[in-house]
Amino acid sequence: MKRHTSINILFYLYGLLTLAFLYLPVVAVGFASISKSRYLRFPIRKYATGWYGKALTSDTVMDLLSTSVTIAVIVTVVSLVIGFFGALAFARYQWRFRKLYQKLILLPIFFPQTVLGLALLMWFNTLGITPTWKTAIIAHLVWITPIVTLIIAIRAYGFDPSLEDAARDMGCSNWQIMKEVTIPLLMPAVTSAGLFAFLLSWGNFPLSLFTTGADSTLPEWLYAKMVSGYSPLVPTLGVLSVAASAAVIATAFFIRAMIPAVKQARRNYQQAH
Amino acid sequence: MNAREQRLGICSSLPLSALLLLTFIAPLLAIAAFSIMPAKVFTLAHIPDFSAYAEFVREGYWKSLAWSLGMAAVATGLLLVICWPLAYAMVRIFKRFTLIITLLVVMTLFVSENIRLFGWVITLMKGGLFEGYMHSWTGIGFDGLLYNVPVIIFGLVYIYLPFMLFPLTQGISMIPDDARYAAADMGANRWQIFKEVELPLAAPGIVVGSLLTFVLAAGAVAESKLLGGQAVIVISDDVESAFTYGQNWPLGSALAMVLIMVISVLIVVTLMKVDLDKVMGKVK
Repeated sequence: MKRHTSINILFYLYGLLTLAFLYLPVVAVGFASISKSRYLRFPIRKYATGWYGKALTSDTVMDLLSTSVTIAVIVTVVSLVIGFFGALAFARYQWRFRKLYQKLILLPIFFPQTVLGLALLMWFNTLGITPTWKTAIIAHLVWITPIVTLIIAIRAYGFDPSLEDAARDMGCSNWQIMKEVTIPLLMPAVTSAGLFAFLLSWGNFPLSLFTTGADSTLPEWLYAKMVSGYSPLVPTLGVLSVAASAAVIATAFFIRAMIPAVKQARRNYQQAH
Repeated sequence: MNAREQRLGICSSLPLSALLLLTFIAPLLAIAAFSIMPAKVFTLAHIPDFSAYAEFVREGYWKSLAWSLGMAAVATGLLLVICWPLAYAMVRIFKRFTLIITLLVVMTLFVSENIRLFGWVITLMKGGLFEGYMHSWTGIGFDGLLYNVPVIIFGLVYIYLPFMLFPLTQGISMIPDDARYAAADMGANRWQIFKEVELPLAAPGIVVGSLLTFVLAAGAVAESKLLGGQAVIVISDDVESAFTYGQNWPLGSALAMVLIMVISVLIVVTLMKVDLDKVMGKVK
């Protein structure tokens, strides 16, 4: 038994090491963002937060942020609506072309995003559409909607079809079944899929790179700066981008934790009246 | 398979199928059509001459393809070895820690990959986190660790780790404990259990994870650009320059088509063998 525990400790260490490996570059970016000097060199001699002030008052940065947020919000809403029904077709209903359909959904996920972005650029040009941030929404949807569909589908697999049948036997219309049974049951997966959709769109750059035309998203701008040379704003905006994702995740967890309390409060209120 | 489910299935799959037909399948067909056009045209109203494919062979673009596929293969192999013990521990050994690892690994996916790669650039460069501190502590410095082939593979391993880890955990959780105990009771040693019981039973996870990492790594471009400098040119890089600087859409399309064909063959061959209901439905 003793040998067993020491091996387990090794596994735990390995897990921690992997996490350190995954987060080390993010930490390095964090340190770089508070370096005072214009040219980064470790060890950092002087720390300063001046670059954050510069970033937050710059018009370019505000434009980048608003483009990225707008795209992410629209992508989230549209992909959830399409993905919700897509997931029902994927996992819940037994229909003739289901297996083929399942494979079609997986293809965009298994596809190199740079090539997909270029293919879309060419397609938009062929159709005579000038790429702007609006076309980037389409590009994000091609990749994110299948992911949203899969996340909701996993939940839909564990769904007991007899619940819907029972509702139907009791005289519910299709719409009532959807509203009273299907949507509430799939809601947890819908919220996490929405979180994924927003954050993946927020952080995506290979798809945006070719499909935004003259507009630019935050990751795209960062990439352009990285390739063309160092700018002290790169680590600063990198940290801001990560912080924004973290804030979204924290908010989501907070809201989820609050749901039981809110329900309880509502119940108390109803009982009191 | 009753009529109502048939109708509901088709109706609810329609929006997604339409989206993918218009914005995924159609662009791919456009690429295929452009790839057989003569050089430097921007419409499809020309007589096809397949010259772009001749250029692929003549101008040595196949070398970029070989680099992409080779580095992707090495990265996939490394990831299998790196992720197996962790995936195994996440399913069998860790308790609450599994949830923590899962959350923290998923969270890295939400950080733009170029920000994370940039983090490695400033960690590994001369005067970066590693060399800078080593120099100031020991007085011995070294040239940066960037701009070579191994560091590109390192970048691929780093970026695509989650895409191997999660399918592997899913695969390993499909191994019933009874199968391992039975093998152990019959006198199999640790290695035999691994080879004869665990590997075959976890195969769907291994296949999906390897396919995903290989395909994504083969089409990756940021790793070689940011970490590798100009050490090697990968195929996606060639596609990109043909479309942008070269203004030669047929060439770019032909290069993309070659990559797409390699990938499609792999995907079609493997996905035909994997039953998705089984892999996804059985979450534990």
